[in-house]
Amino acid sequence: MAIEIPTNWHEMPDQRGHFGPYGGIFVSETLMGALSELNLAYEHYMQDETFLGELDADLANYVGRPSPLYHAERWSRELGGAQIYLKREDLNHTGAHKVNNTIGQALLAKRMDKSRIIAETGAGQHGVATATVAARLGLECVVYMGEVDIARQEANVYRMRLLGAEVVAVTSGSRTLKDALNEAMRDWVTNVDDTFYIIGTVAGPHPYPAMVRDFQTIIGREARRQIVEMTGGLPDALIACVGGGSNAIGLFHPFLNDNDVAIYGVEAAGDGLDTGRHAAPLCAGSPGVLHGNRTYLMEDENGQIIETHSISAGLDYPGVGPEHAWLKDTQRANYVAITDDEALLAFHALTRIEGIIPALESSHALAYAMKLAPQMQPEQKLLVNLSGRGDKDMHTVAAREGIKL
Amino acid sequence: MSRILSCFAELKQSQRTALIPFITAGDFEPALTVPLMHALVESGADVIELGIPFSDPMADGPVIQKAAERALKHNVSLRDVLQMVAEFRQRDALTPVLLMGYLNPVEVMGYEAFAVEASEAGVDGVLIVDLPPEEGGEILPLLYAHQIDPVFLIAPTSDASRIQKICDASRGYVYYVSLKGITGAGHLDLDSVAQKVSKIREITQLPIGVGFGIKDAATAEAMGKLADAVIVGSAIVQRIAQHQGDAEAAIRAVSSFVSELRAGLDRF
Repeated sequence: MAIEIPTNWHEMPDQRGHFGPYGGIFVSETLMGALSELNLAYEHYMQDETFLGELDADLANYVGRPSPLYHAERWSRELGGAQIYLKREDLNHTGAHKVNNTIGQALLAKRMDKSRIIAETGAGQHGVATATVAARLGLECVVYMGEVDIARQEANVYRMRLLGAEVVAVTSGSRTLKDALNEAMRDWVTNVDDTFYIIGTVAGPHPYPAMVRDFQTIIGREARRQIVEMTGGLPDALIACVGGGSNAIGLFHPFLNDNDVAIYGVEAAGDGLDTGRHAAPLCAGSPGVLHGNRTYLMEDENGQIIETHSISAGLDYPGVGPEHAWLKDTQRANYVAITDDEALLAFHALTRIEGIIPALESSHALAYAMKLAPQMQPEQKLLVNLSGRGDKDMHTVAAREGIKL
Repeated sequence: MSRILSCFAELKQSQRTALIPFITAGDFEPALTVPLMHALVESGADVIELGIPFSDPMADGPVIQKAAERALKHNVSLRDVLQMVAEFRQRDALTPVLLMGYLNPVEVMGYEAFAVEASEAGVDGVLIVDLPPEEGGEILPLLYAHQIDPVFLIAPTSDASRIQKICDASRGYVYYVSLKGITGAGHLDLDSVAQKVSKIREITQLPIGVGFGIKDAATAEAMGKLADAVIVGSAIVQRIAQHQGDAEAAIRAVSSFVSELRAGLDRF
């Protein structure tokens, strides 16, 4: 299929959620009514000054926005190339970018009179961010999490329970994020009348990819203003990690029409793309339909979804948001992959050189910055989304290095 | 006339309700499927819904999900499923077979290849759970052209305009999902099913099948009074699961259960 290059990248998706051939609504009939109800509410409230005012106030006073843009001078000098600027989403309340979206969707749930919130989570950051806003708004909250992820993210499981959420262990399939999503969909289809499903990434059926993106573009809108204020111009390139791709689209989207800004999305290469043990559908997958949308998937020749691997639970997902699929095909963004080992090197580098412990997810973006920066000139600027902090990953990193905490 | 339509026309003449059992192709082993299909027909099935195993069956409950996992242990692919239908057709030229599954295996095979090969194998219809009519622009004309009847779900949450849209796209019959939820769940509310079915009848001439939550002869009988067909899935698949490893016992258990359902349906 010929891909049309748009003149305005902000006019997507179309009415039914298509980004070119990607996106759309691929769900069973029972959910169609709920999705159209959600779409109406989303379209209405995104134009509603009172709603947007409330959202802005929460982002400022509860989340702590704007998050800083930090010039990692020492690290930039050490790498000997471009100046690296970090968008500090790790400093948000709950420790990652996820809360930008859960606040938005929970306010929407409240407006739609839904009393019960459900969510899926991989690393637990989205689960924590959901449980947090549910606690604050007094909503019942159920979080689905794969058994494998529960084992590697114990601390986040405990946080969710402290916040009053019920964490349901998912034991089907590969027992990771994709299975948690399946289970959350099953819950939603059963309890569709009183339940609002807060999807944590820019995947799922329309309007989720567009809606989650719109809640996350606060990252890119702030970063664009901040870097112009700090340096007098736009960055030369953007880098963000891509699992489902919400922090990445949040950073990228406000820059899509700035044609001179190069864009890099970084997937998880796990043990290496050639080993098959990775989570890089854009780099090494093919198009298909899963979880309500058409996008790039990790699948076998019969269309079965295959198991993924990444050291980072948040990137361990066989699909990716449909807008990324489209940005790949249109070549507006470049998608690359970073192995577990490379991500760990970057994890240690940022920790030791800048005193910032990054999440393993974000470490993938940082690792690509380590590759790209030295190929650039010192007067050039790289803007990297530091999407979350690494506190949750202490056990994973220690175990990998043979240290018992 | 398609096999599905002539089947329903005949049933209407004899004032009987169609019994449509569902099994997952390749569960619990590929060699079981074709003999089981014949046994279903001998025990009173009018149409067979044959599930295409998929790794991520989002709309299914644990029973059918596990059936798909058992089939996938044997790497049962969509082409293998078509092969099973072709084999079934060697001995049964009359009983309509409808494939039921998720879009991705069809998408990966290619819409046109699927329509052509399914038709050649003797498939009569297809129900793709995660394909609403709105997304069918490309595949539906190919299905119609190759005499594969697309069957769509109608849910308790579907309003009149959606029901219209669904019926316009459907051929063969429409499938009313009798409860909100996944396959194999919940308790049936007969009054609300009756209300909805009569609403659907105002909109379409197509036969109406009802499924989800029918687990024994009594519920089959009750549903049979309201609809043109009853679809039974999890309750059958459960019996296959109980006899894993013993094909003969599985066939016996399923046959005897389907005969009970048949008797329930023929009671009124």
